[in-house]
Amino acid sequence: MLDSPLKLHPSVALRPEPFGALAYHYDNRRLIFLKHPSIVDVVKDLEQHPDLQSTLSAHGIDEQHWDNYDKAICSLIESDVVVAR
Amino acid sequence: MTALTERMKDGLDAPICITWELTYSCNLSCVHCLSSSGRRDPKELTTEEAFRVVDELRNMQVFYVNIGGGEPMIRRDFFDIVEYATSSGVGVKFSTNGTYIDAATAQRLAAMDYLDIQISLDGADAATNDAIRGEGSYDTAMTAMRHLKDAGFGEFKISVVITRHNIAQLDEFKAIADQFGAQLRITRLRPSGRAVDTWEELHPTLDQQRILHQWLLGHGENVLTGDSFFHLNALGESLPGLNLCGAGRVVCLIDPIGDVYACPFVIHDEFLAGNVRGNGGFAAVWRTSDCFTELRGPQSAGACASCGSWDACQGGCMAAKFFTGLPLDGPDPECVGGDGEYALASAGAIPRPSGDHSKPVAVQLRRRSNV
Repeated sequence: MLDSPLKLHPSVALRPEPFGALAYHYDNRRLIFLKHPSIVDVVKDLEQHPDLQSTLSAHGIDEQHWDNYDKAICSLIESDVVVAR
Repeated sequence: MTALTERMKDGLDAPICITWELTYSCNLSCVHCLSSSGRRDPKELTTEEAFRVVDELRNMQVFYVNIGGGEPMIRRDFFDIVEYATSSGVGVKFSTNGTYIDAATAQRLAAMDYLDIQISLDGADAATNDAIRGEGSYDTAMTAMRHLKDAGFGEFKISVVITRHNIAQLDEFKAIADQFGAQLRITRLRPSGRAVDTWEELHPTLDQQRILHQWLLGHGENVLTGDSFFHLNALGESLPGLNLCGAGRVVCLIDPIGDVYACPFVIHDEFLAGNVRGNGGFAAVWRTSDCFTELRGPQSAGACASCGSWDACQGGCMAAKFFTGLPLDGPDPECVGGDGEYALASAGAIPRPSGDHSKPVAVQLRRRSNV
């Protein structure tokens, strides 16, 4: 997914919480937990960058952690929180 | 216990799941009513006050609210409140006995967005259901479900409180849900409200709880439970969902007069955190009340501390303990290890719920002729 152009699903709202954020999908009424504040920042910002890796770069995330972010984003794609654009 | 659920014990900035009971008025008199509903309370929130509650929920980013009662559709401003909520981005799921869902109302409901409906049904046949919910209530619920199906509402919920008498009907409930294109939701009977007097006769036996655990494991995520059966996790394999008591941490109740309680099953002064009419409104109650602050603090495992299943069941349900006279830091009355039964034998006095809006007629648990 690192080179895919992505964005937050337009029907998803994010609510900041101490552990990260709570995402609510208004279309399928599912709640999803984003379990780290930095993944929340990345998700919110996906649309401002050409692809995932440039978003990660822009957020100063060390390349050795990109795999973890890639996995987290993949699971958010599965739950339809993040979509291709 | 994951890191996430550990964080949830400290409470969230806003609840995930709010139950908002709009009225104590109800046309039925179910023997297990958790809010002892029947008669309207003269102090119930006005339409304007209800709108202000919605405004607060929207500002706190509470994504949806579970509306109930009493029978919420009795309120003349029911649709005004629901439409105000959904158009504010606060989705609504409401519980109803179905009395007020005729063909035209079903069509109106089907045309609305961000709306979900839960029809209460406590028996897969009229005899079992009506013994709990009253004469004719089975036919009423089935008629409402037919109207919703005919109107193309889509996947509504059928909500069943599990009792000793309907637990053998789990597959039949599932079949009814499938027949209407609905989703089955089953929840735990708590000894709250009028069930303070009927719980002992109605709650499932230990053997039945084992069957229920197996059934839930087999049906996984197709059946909703409101995560209400986490005390069964002590039987071994954990059920899906949050394994913790969410009272005051991720869950709360706003009652018809605006009182805020830790959960829908503890309508008692002990768990009253404040009122939405107070200074600072609901947000202040959620964020700063002494009652909720205390619930978010470290909880003692008490008598359960030496039990190997503590991590699995977390001591069970606070409301179930409270309204059976058990200490909150001890076993659940339905502890699957059998410790609850033992504790009940020496339980203290059973607290009475703080309010009683029952109609001035004796509500009696009718015995079915076939048991």
